[in-house]
Amino acid sequence: MKPRWDTAVGVLLVAVFVTGLGTTDGFASRDNLAFAFNDIAEVALMALPMTLLVVAGQVDLSVASMLGLSSALTGELWDKGWAFETIVPVVLLVGVAGGLLNGWLVTRVGLPSLAVTIGTLALYRGLASVVLGSNAITDFPETYAKWAVDTTTVPGTFLTYPVALFIVLAVVAAVVLHSTGLGRSLFAIGAQEDAAYFAGIRVKRIKLLLFVVAGLVSAFAGVVFTLRYGSARADNGQGFEMLVIAAVLLGGVDFDGGKGTVFGAVAGVLLIGVLKNLLTLNDVANEVQVIVTGLLLVASVLTPRLITAVTDRRRLAADG
Amino acid sequence: MIQRSALPSPATTLKRGAARRGHIPRHRAAATAAVVCALAVTLAGCGGTTKKDTDNSGKADSGSGAKANPDAPLKKGLKFAFLPKQINNPYLKILDTSGIGAAREFGGKGKEVGPSDASASSQVSYINTLIQQRQDAILIAANDPNAVCGPLKQAMKKNIKVVAYDSDTAPACRQLFINQASSEEIGRSQVQHLAKQLDYKGEIAILSATQNATNQNTWIGFMKDELKKPAYKNMKLVKTVYGDDDDQKSFQETQGLLKAYPKLKGIISPTTVGIAAAARYISDSSYKGKVVLNGLGTPNQMRKYIKDGTVEQFALWDPKKLGYLGSYAAAALASGQITGAEGEKFKAGKLGEYTVGKNGEIILGPPTVFDKSNIDKFHF
Repeated sequence: MKPRWDTAVGVLLVAVFVTGLGTTDGFASRDNLAFAFNDIAEVALMALPMTLLVVAGQVDLSVASMLGLSSALTGELWDKGWAFETIVPVVLLVGVAGGLLNGWLVTRVGLPSLAVTIGTLALYRGLASVVLGSNAITDFPETYAKWAVDTTTVPGTFLTYPVALFIVLAVVAAVVLHSTGLGRSLFAIGAQEDAAYFAGIRVKRIKLLLFVVAGLVSAFAGVVFTLRYGSARADNGQGFEMLVIAAVLLGGVDFDGGKGTVFGAVAGVLLIGVLKNLLTLNDVANEVQVIVTGLLLVASVLTPRLITAVTDRRRLAADG
Repeated sequence: MIQRSALPSPATTLKRGAARRGHIPRHRAAATAAVVCALAVTLAGCGGTTKKDTDNSGKADSGSGAKANPDAPLKKGLKFAFLPKQINNPYLKILDTSGIGAAREFGGKGKEVGPSDASASSQVSYINTLIQQRQDAILIAANDPNAVCGPLKQAMKKNIKVVAYDSDTAPACRQLFINQASSEEIGRSQVQHLAKQLDYKGEIAILSATQNATNQNTWIGFMKDELKKPAYKNMKLVKTVYGDDDDQKSFQETQGLLKAYPKLKGIISPTTVGIAAAARYISDSSYKGKVVLNGLGTPNQMRKYIKDGTVEQFALWDPKKLGYLGSYAAAALASGQITGAEGEKFKAGKLGEYTVGKNGEIILGPPTVFDKSNIDKFHF
């Protein structure tokens, strides 16, 4: 059987985790694990729709800006005296609207998703600054904040509620991608969009849906982020889009589309989170951490291709 | 509750609906989403948690019942971590290095860790790490007074002392704040210094940063108050101009001031950008040696103008002393000499005795004055 990269990342994750348990004081504590996983909750949440998008040959660079816009809007509306229960649906609607704009530009106007979302990356972040300027809104209600912070865990576990939600959504995403017709359509679109279209798959509709889900999840991640830090700012989550994409690629999801698993993406996110936590605990300087993540990413893109190249050559040689 | 229920409903409805048929009519997906959201809005519209419901009585409980023992000796082997706004900030680097040096004096061990970007949330994972590493104290220059609050409170719960320096956190989230200097002292001392240079007579002006900069306006308020004293009856503040902390604009404003007020004898610029720009203009003009410039600047920016005689003296707090004081304050906290309550006293090595002020603030003291005699000892 051909070695699969997502399995390799899973094994690497387990290996890093076990090494951490054995070598690093404080790593295994419940507090630390709760923190380490909660610390990447938003990135993890956004990585799920991103996985589906990348499998379908698309990308959404505007997710982190949508997170920022959602955070800024949450803060501004809260400051204006809106009820938190009203703010959340409104913010989610804004996420849907943002996703619709991305999806509309990609599917109806026919622009490449990379170009569109580079634009909306700037647009949504800009809107966030317009909404909140350089202010920070901080007085969020404890009743809601406690569900986002790492000191509240699902009883008996080290899983925080954002992480628990992530697990549920990851299962949903895995089922959708790997055992439904829609999932197969995504692979088909990612592999050969024209072929998928002629096979009767409603390519545009599905792509639009993916962008809407990405917008929705990002907006929700913005609410989680805001509550977790207790601070709504326009620059919240700046640069997270790169972390999200890095995690997805690290998990072996092919940037050219048509290949990848939710398991791989989840392993990729967790690997980035656990590595960051371990390196920080061992006082490894931030610059070195960035280098480690970068090297891993290059390796994740390079290794499967090298393996394919080598096996192909062997097969050719064997066939004579 | 909202958090767990709000997202899964629309998202999973869409996905499940989609799953069954391979693809779904777009209008149905949109309609579902719209209905779900509209419902949520209406439901939530009637009543809910608003800003008014939250009471922010999060006052500092820095004492936490513990009693201070002013005679307790400084503990040996204390572990301190300095967490600057970002790891390559040169000013904070000087401060941290000096604090780590101070820790060595009393047999402690200090280190500097931190993020490479100064965003609001980037310090949080470092605080978690420092908790796990069971440091005795965390010294933090906060990027955001509130984003770091939760983890810092957790640290304090685990008996890790928290000292803010340079940029304060919300008062409930730390035990002490080491303040560079009191606003009153900064404001008044600048008038006092300039007055001495001018022999208490002549017209003066102020070159500030932006018109609504809080710290600038507080300082200028104290300057004006100081000028009301009878000693300054022969001095007159003719104008306050704003260079917006922009080099070019500050340069032009200086030029304008000197043209408009030919009898001007002195300028105070309580901003490092302003004073450097003003010095550059004066050094190349005929006003050199005739107009006295004073204010707040950094030795590296002002060295040239001190050496060529454009500026006789200027002031700023010494970041080395700030870091040194922070380290000793943290040690006093960790050793139980103080708890962060107002009026407690402790000894900060060679800097002498300090008293904890209101809200757990400790003030470093009067700004350091830099002139020809000492400027070469400072590099920041």
